[in-house]
Amino acid sequence: MEQLKTIGRELAMGSQGGFGQSKEFLDLVKSIGEARSKAEEDRIVLREIETLKRRLLEPDIPKRKMKEYIIRLLYVEMLGHDASFGYIHAVKMTHDDALPLKRTGYLAVTLFLSDDHDLIILIVNTIQKDLRSDNYLVVCAALNAVCKLINDETIPAVLPQVVELLGHSKEAVRKKAVMALHRFYQKSPGAVSHLVSNFRKRLCDNDPGVMGASLCPLFDLVTIDAKSYKDLVSSFVSILKQVAERRLPKSYDYHQMPAPFIQVKLLKILALLGSGDKQASESMYTVLGDIIRKSDSSTNIGNAVLYECICCVASIHPNPKLLESAADVIAKFLKSDSHNLKYMGIDALGRLIKLSPQIAEQHQLAVIDCLEDPDDTLKRKTFELLYKMTKSSNVEVIVDRMVDYMISISDDHYKTYIASRCVELAEQFAPSNHWFIQTMNKVFEHAGDLVNIKVAHNLMRLIAEGFGEDDDATDSQLRSSAVESYLRIIGEPKLPSMFLQVICWVLGEYGTADGKHSASYISGKLCDIAEAYSNDETVKVFTKIQLFANKAGKFKAYAISALMKIYAFEVAAGRKVDMLPECQSFIEELLASHSTDLQQRAYELQAVVGLDAQAVQAILPRDTRCEEIEVDKDLSFLNGYVDQAIEKGAQPYIAEDERNGMGNVSNLRSQDQHESIQHGLRFEAYELPKPPMQSKVDPVSSTDVVPVPEALSYRETHPISSVGSTSEAGSSELKLRLDGVQKKWGRPTYSTPTSSTTNSPSEKPANGASHVDSATASYSKSRDSQNTKKTEIDPEKQKLAASLFGGSSQPERRSSTGHKASRSSGGAADGSRGSKAVEKTIQQPPPPDLLDFSDEPTVTSALPSVDPFKQLEGLLDSSMSSTTNHNAGTATIAPDIMSLYGDSTASQDSLDIFHGLSTEPTGATSGETTVTTLPQSVKGPNAKDALEKDALVRQMGVNPTSQNPNLFRDLLG
Amino acid sequence: MIRAVLVMNTQGRPRITKFYEFWPVEKQHEAIRNVFSVLCSRAEHVSNFVDAESIFGPDSRLVYKHFATLYFVFIFDSSENELAMLDLIQVFVETLDKCFRNVCELDIVFNYSKIHAILDEIIFGGQVLETSSTEVMKAVEEITKLEAASNAINLVSKSVSNWRSR
Repeated sequence: MEQLKTIGRELAMGSQGGFGQSKEFLDLVKSIGEARSKAEEDRIVLREIETLKRRLLEPDIPKRKMKEYIIRLLYVEMLGHDASFGYIHAVKMTHDDALPLKRTGYLAVTLFLSDDHDLIILIVNTIQKDLRSDNYLVVCAALNAVCKLINDETIPAVLPQVVELLGHSKEAVRKKAVMALHRFYQKSPGAVSHLVSNFRKRLCDNDPGVMGASLCPLFDLVTIDAKSYKDLVSSFVSILKQVAERRLPKSYDYHQMPAPFIQVKLLKILALLGSGDKQASESMYTVLGDIIRKSDSSTNIGNAVLYECICCVASIHPNPKLLESAADVIAKFLKSDSHNLKYMGIDALGRLIKLSPQIAEQHQLAVIDCLEDPDDTLKRKTFELLYKMTKSSNVEVIVDRMVDYMISISDDHYKTYIASRCVELAEQFAPSNHWFIQTMNKVFEHAGDLVNIKVAHNLMRLIAEGFGEDDDATDSQLRSSAVESYLRIIGEPKLPSMFLQVICWVLGEYGTADGKHSASYISGKLCDIAEAYSNDETVKVFTKIQLFANKAGKFKAYAISALMKIYAFEVAAGRKVDMLPECQSFIEELLASHSTDLQQRAYELQAVVGLDAQAVQAILPRDTRCEEIEVDKDLSFLNGYVDQAIEKGAQPYIAEDERNGMGNVSNLRSQDQHESIQHGLRFEAYELPKPPMQSKVDPVSSTDVVPVPEALSYRETHPISSVGSTSEAGSSELKLRLDGVQKKWGRPTYSTPTSSTTNSPSEKPANGASHVDSATASYSKSRDSQNTKKTEIDPEKQKLAASLFGGSSQPERRSSTGHKASRSSGGAADGSRGSKAVEKTIQQPPPPDLLDFSDEPTVTSALPSVDPFKQLEGLLDSSMSSTTNHNAGTATIAPDIMSLYGDSTASQDSLDIFHGLSTEPTGATSGETTVTTLPQSVKGPNAKDALEKDALVRQMGVNPTSQNPNLFRDLLG
Repeated sequence: MIRAVLVMNTQGRPRITKFYEFWPVEKQHEAIRNVFSVLCSRAEHVSNFVDAESIFGPDSRLVYKHFATLYFVFIFDSSENELAMLDLIQVFVETLDKCFRNVCELDIVFNYSKIHAILDEIIFGGQVLETSSTEVMKAVEEITKLEAASNAINLVSKSVSNWRSR
């Protein structure tokens, strides 16, 4: 009777889900669920482990009990505890003939074991047997295990069976066999390379499911080698066409979409195959257009297909019509309320932007919204987009935003990433040295030691060398501004060590150079640093005392080297050195230091200070950091001495290998070369992949830019130039791209917080920008009178939009004048959005008095070298960007704008400036209309002054009420 | 390919974890904890995507969906589409719902191997196998039926032999 009851309960449990659980298990789950702390949970699990260990040792465990134990083991391991003592029982269970037990056994081993676990060898035999089983469920279970457990060593053992299963009568098995084979291919391409043709064959399987499964391995294969699969383009296209035309059975529909997952895979494959292949791409255009038209953008999966279409369109040979519809889809994504779609939209925009830079512009406000979104994922994606569209005109705004974000996050991984992005952009596009140094300081201060050391070297080198122009005034001004900023920063607690190194070096080299600060002031500061950092770190962290003691030693070394330089310069200048008491005691401390390095430095310092001016000048000449040091590697100056010695009867020198009887006489040179080759190899191996943005700059051309301290010491010992250049080839990644930016850097007049509308570096953006602002502002006023109903929009955003996207409007404008018809038809599709965008942009609060503005004395003047026509272009440009869409329906754009402005001039006298500019774009007009300025703000090389003035101009001219102090913080950094 | 499927509750306790590439237990656990700390810090109406490279290495994306007391998390690489993965989570949850009629956390805890059976019918070796919940249900029901049948046979044979031996 008792027995019957248990059978009944077991049967009931079995019908529930095929597995009964004992009260023990239920209790376990319950108690874990109720555990209030992690510690309590751990205690419960550890107790459970003990119980299981005991139970598993019992003899003759009933099989269904065993099954439960295995599940409990899985549960334990899922909670993060080690259940390896029970693995063997799971393995044993796979040998069981009963299907539920076998399946549980396979489930357990796939979750427990890695593919190189010792126990695998016990399973392979079972798998082989099961793959041949008549019961397809057994076969499926075995295939499932195969995916996870088989590695390249064991693949041959099961491969024949799996290949055989490709022809199985049940499509579920065929499908899984294809996927298992795919997994083999992923794990060990060599082992199954001869079977790759099977994937092609399965593409023609009767069952669409099997065909779909074969797309995954084909995608992998095409990724590696697109060329050999070009012949399949037509097949893929026709499959995609059939899928899109709903030729598949209804059971493949998903949310009314025909087999969307298959479509996604096919589109991914086509994107790879069509990339850079015009002919292949052309065969895809029709089907892509069809899918974009047909896809249902109201469902998630429909949007997934649409997104893949955009990726495909962006990857294949461009087709204007498809690009247009892709842009429309992106617009839909970005306008959506769903963050997911916005994310996809930003991503898609990033892909399309390479082909048609102008599309970013219609979405500028949406992009800025995403940038300010609380959602981190979206924010990061947007930074990714901004990174792609950075150029010299908007680099400041973008990098400042990135730095702000970098400061706000705590995730080290992403911090490192975004810091390297900032550095890269700053090095590539920096508009002024001053800005560059400020930006680098910020990056160092906040990302600290996450930054690559090379960046610090580059910064020091930049400060030392200037920008390769023979303008000493600029260089020294740059240096003193750097010194100033470091003296400011030095007071902050906990500066990262790399940054301290830079600070010490710069202060040592240039601290006293401009005469503003006395030697004792700088040396006092240096002592303070050394003091602060040596105590601070060692006391606080007990466990890492050794590490930090080393670190503190490093600081001291930086500091004392800097001190030595300062004193040496003092002595060389003929001034008397009066050491501060704290410096004195600092040096004395180091004289008694345990570190021989510090000791030596201290003694050297003492010796140098005691020498006379001339000797010091010879030892530590001022400002020769970047001069090449000629090393006489033959030591020819010793020849006389050697000859003398030999005359006196000394033994002549025998090279080391000769002495050792190595036979092979190789001279010093060949040894050096050998070494250089070694270095070359090593550097090659670690070279970072090139980011796409840098590809236009030839790394070889910047060979002479080497991180200073390293290169110098390196050259001293290895004078062969090839050594230097190989090391540079490796490190070119992080080097300053001076050749590309040289023209702009160091230009005395080029300094402005934002250059919103220009994209030609030779222009003077401050001028152009302020004009545009006035133009848009006045324009908005004139529109205001006609258009009363408007949506409120944050002017800060517009401002940001202008600074981010302004530059990119240039190409669009050009194309719009050239091919007005095509351009307008492109805009026509989203006319409604366009007009909305206009409404948004013209919301900028108009300046209270435009006439006042034109008389504003601080408006920067046009330099003679600036082409006013170009300025005008910039001008029209930004206003155009807001109007083009509005006028999208009409075939002509430029005349329309003119008339618009014409209207506004009629109503507003103050628009004369702009009107005059737009109708008569000559140098004279621009010279007259723009009011003369304080000459020194333009001519003077003081970057900081110019910066501030410019800010003032903007503040007064653009937005006199200054509603958004934040904005200016943004613009000024 | 799909790298991992994680189901955890809102307290960060894992309910189902399946890694399609081998991960040592400690690393699995660490990853789960990291994922949870990211997920629980996210506001409600934000995107379902999370930057996962810091947790799962390069070229990994994470999509999650929050249902009642559970987070469903899929981790995959660039060969899959984010939105499609989001729908795959939907498929998974729909199937569970059909299977357990108003699925809740407890169902998942107590039906560990059945959940895995369902998951195995949706994702196979890291690739999407089936996206129709009806088809998945059919396959799972068939497995259950066959398992039950073989159970019954076992039970009968066992009880018969027991009875005989007596």
